[in-house]
Parts: sequence; structure tokens; C-alpha cells
Amino acid sequence: MLTQSPPRTMSRGLSLEIRRKVIEMSASPNGVHIGGSMSIADILAVLYADVLRDPAAEGMSGDRDHLILSKGQASAALYAVLAATGVIPQAECATYAEEGSRLGGHPMKRLPGVDFSTGALGHGLPLALGVALAGKRFDHGKRAFVILGDGELQEGSNWEAAMAAAHHGADNLVAIVDRNGWQISGRTDDCMSLEPLADKWAAFGWRVLGVDGHDHDEIRTALTRPVEPGRPTVVIAHTVKARGVPGLEDTKQSHSATLGTAARRAALAVLDGDRA
Amino acid sequence: MSTDIATRRTVAQVLDHVWENRARVESRNAYAMMLLALARENPNLACLTADMNFEDHFAGELPRQHVDLGIAEQNMIGVAAGLTVSARPVFANGMSPFAIARAFEQIKIDVAGANLPVKIVGTHAGLASGHYGPTHHSLEDLGVIRMLPNMTVVVPADSWEAAQATVAVAEDPGPAYLRLGRQATAPLYQERGAFVLGRARVLREPGRVLFIATGPHPNLVAAGAARELADQGVSAGHLNMHTVKPLDQEAVLHACANAEAVVTIEDHRALGGLGGAVCEVVAEVGGPPVRRIGVPDIHYDLVGGEEYLLHHAGITVSNAVAQALDALG
Repeated sequence: MLTQSPPRTMSRGLSLEIRRKVIEMSASPNGVHIGGSMSIADILAVLYADVLRDPAAEGMSGDRDHLILSKGQASAALYAVLAATGVIPQAECATYAEEGSRLGGHPMKRLPGVDFSTGALGHGLPLALGVALAGKRFDHGKRAFVILGDGELQEGSNWEAAMAAAHHGADNLVAIVDRNGWQISGRTDDCMSLEPLADKWAAFGWRVLGVDGHDHDEIRTALTRPVEPGRPTVVIAHTVKARGVPGLEDTKQSHSATLGTAARRAALAVLDGDRA
Repeated sequence: MSTDIATRRTVAQVLDHVWENRARVESRNAYAMMLLALARENPNLACLTADMNFEDHFAGELPRQHVDLGIAEQNMIGVAAGLTVSARPVFANGMSPFAIARAFEQIKIDVAGANLPVKIVGTHAGLASGHYGPTHHSLEDLGVIRMLPNMTVVVPADSWEAAQATVAVAEDPGPAYLRLGRQATAPLYQERGAFVLGRARVLREPGRVLFIATGPHPNLVAAGAARELADQGVSAGHLNMHTVKPLDQEAVLHACANAEAVVTIEDHRALGGLGGAVCEVVAEVGGPPVRRIGVPDIHYDLVGGEEYLLHHAGITVSNAVAQALDALG
């Protein structure tokens, strides 16, 4: 059967724009969580280009979708996608972490396009479950998407929510795990074993999909799969921390960093190469 | 039971029913009846629970508006905040020690910080769990929740006030904590009066001594102590501070303008709760001395029923009288 081909160039262009803006924000002397922002750049691009329905609508009710960035430390990537999609002014990204800016180290609800303040880990999945239940019980059609860090899964509240989501049949809930393999102190599984991660979610009653978190087609296919009635979906996205930043990819020090002029120029040159 | 339910379908019917039966109705049941009545009128009201059983009728009658999240309070509070995208208000029910202390970060960020219409209802507050012990006592809840911006904190003094407070909290657009006990307690009021959030109720006009109390037992202690002092020829006023936040500063300052001593009474730690809140107000104007009656600053692992534990914490008429007389000098 022939289907309309997905608008892959849109998400591709959007991911490059997200990365460019994150690199620019990483000039901030306060540091940017560049690793975890770059690891979700492709996920955010596909979500905003191809998946989410009206994610930045002003009102909360209705059959719009909601995206919750539970790993709020990747705020730079969220600001970048909000600027690139016209939700906030393009120029505002330059104010990242400046005194009086709306763009802090973790996203706050007072910024358009941010439905819930995040950054304290383990909050996003319960919030998203609440949104999903709102879609089941009060505003039919509403869907909830939440991006979780892999290290974040060490917070027990995630597993309270995972249990409840399956129990209450929240099939309009999609969790995306950014499996970049790092947390502040080092490799996630050296700090606290997460594997077998897919089996854990499956045991909690979730449909589990695995994707290369930098392959737009794979991400899009997973996020647009028809729901499995009664079961929430988790997409385990295998990603590379600081993807696209020369010298920082898959490193511990990419967790939070400031990039000097030369480093930014080198990173932007890699992006330009990708664009060409 | 079913005929009972039939006679209290509406908010007005529940108010009548609770008023007539206020001596034997538990505050938590007055609340549960009122919540169901409110939910019948408002199809967008949601009721969440962490494995509680006092709101069973709700789940049976309005299953779409009811979600049981199991013994998982952190998740319940997060879900409550998430649900507000479509449902409001959202009532989240749990035992106070767990709904407040375990889920504090979710309350701080997801509810208070976000200023969402989530109403956290904690039963078994104070020492109401009696012999179940310190794991099940809730003695820090007023202190920690009143520090959070946007929160309203309400402690009904009896079942009648619990029914009224439920309506007020549901109508208020912001987040709230409604603090409830367990057993039925003696009614405080002789007449039906209006309940206004943030407005203290004067139970006895101010005198040389001013008692300020919150919750069922502390208000009964204050009423008894004021009567006893009057018998001894010492005039004493009594304010029921049912709303601990926002505190009715005007009422406090007005009532203590001519008082020579203030005594606060709460079934909560003497640190940081009602007593702390009153001291903050009175100290700023250089008011009379304040004595705080509450649970002392020790790990309170005495075994016994609620009355016994209240007695040993000094939440008694005799201690309230003694503190007042001592403060008068």
C-alpha cells in the first residue's frame, strides 16, 4: 500500500536548527547541559515536526497533545525547538541563563510552550500519566508524551507511575527514554544498573519499542505506530551524549559545559557539513 | 446506608445532614459526603486516592471521576497536577503523614509552584493515628506546607466545619491542603455560621488572655481553658484559626491589641505550625508574649491512644490554663 511519504526533510532541518542553537547557547559562562540536550535533538525534532498536535497551544484543555521534558536539565534543546517553531522569539535563546531571562537552567511553566516546570527528576512520568488520564476521562483525544533521562529512572516515582499507567490502561501515554548511558558521576550502569531496561518496562505492562535515537525514520515510525489498546508505550531511544559535538560525544564531561569560541566554531562546522 | 445516601445528594442536603448529626459524624466522612455532592454537580471534579477506603461511594457512583493510584503518594500528587489540564478541582486523598511528607517535593514543584487547583486532603493528621505510632503521626505538615507559596492550609475544627471547608476549598482556584483527623469529636458550634477561608472565627471575645487554636482537640482545649479562666475571674478570648495559611493577621492583631498574653494550641509540633505563624505576626508589632502549646521537639514514640498522646504533649485544658496564668505573671 502506498502511503504519503513522511516530511523527513522538515525534522532533519529542525534537528540541525536545534543543535545550532544549543551550541550557541553553550557560550554561556554558566554552562549548558550540552550532552543531554544534543542526545535528544533528533527526538525533539521528530516530535515537533511530525508527531505532536498543537503542543504549544495556550489553553491546556481540549484534544491537543502535551510534551513534558522530564529531564529538565536538557532545557537548552527545548528552548531551541520552541524558538525554531516560533513559540518564543528566535533571539531569546541568546538570553539563556542571563539575569532576568525566561530561559533558566531548567524549564519553567511561565515560558510559553512549557506546560509543567521540570528539573526535579522523577516528576515527569506521573505528570504525563495525569495528562493521559485527563485524555481518557475528561478530554478525549488528548495525548501525553514525556522524555525521560536514563539516569532519571533511578527515581522510584517513575516506577510508581509505570505501574499505575498500565493498570489504568493509559494507551495515550508515550514515554521516550533518552538512553545515552551517562549521568553526572559516570556511566549509568556503573552508578546503578538499569539493564535489562526493556524487560523492566515490559514487566510493568508497557509496550516497548527500541529505536536508534538519531535515526529520524526509526523515531517517527515508533512514535506514529497505532496505539495498542490498554497499554502505554515506551520508546527506548539509544542515543549518544553530546551527539554532533566534536570531542564531547559520549563523554562524562559533556554533562554540563561551556564551549569557547573555537569549540563552537568547530561544532557549527560539523553541522554545516551535515547540512550540505 | 442507601437511604442515608439518598437524603444527602446535594451540597445543601449534606450541609443539613452533617449539621444535624455533627456530634457523631467523623470529619473525614463529612468531607467524603460533601466531595461526592460537589462531584455530582461538577463533572470536571476529579477524586484521586492512595488506597483509602472512606470515599468508596465516590468510586461506585462516579467511576470516571475517580482514580485509585495505590500506595504511591508521590505518583498520586504528580498525577493530580497532570490531570488539571482538563479536570478541576482535583482532590488527592491520602493519610496526612504520607500524602504530605513523602510527596513533599511533588507538592512543592508540581502543585504549589505551579499554582494548580489540586486539593490535598490528609486524614489521620496530628496524633489521630494514636497507637499506630510516629510513622503514622503527622506533626510537621502545617509547618512545611505553610512555607509553600500559593498554598491554602485549612484545619476544620469539627465535622460541620469540615463540610463547610470542603465547599470553600473546592471553590477556591488555588492549591490547598485540608487537614483531617480520624475519630468523631465534640461539635464546636451552637449555631450555623458562614465559613470564609482565611477568616478566623471568634468563639469568645478577646480578654486579658487570647487563645488561638486550630483543629478539633486544640479548639476544645481552648474553649475549656477560656471557660475555666473566666470562672477564676480572668477574661479570655478564643479564636478558631481554621485557616493556618493565609493566616488571618487582622484577626490576630485585633484580638491581641488589648490582650496581655497569647496562647496558641495545635496538635502539631510546637515548632513552625500555628504557633510559629502567630509569633511571626505578633513579634512584628511588638505584641504580648506568646506561649505555644504543641508536641515538643522530641521523637514522640510514646504508645497510646490519641487522647493519651495529647495529654502527654500538654495539649490539655489544665496546661493551657497554667500557661496563660504563667504568662500573665
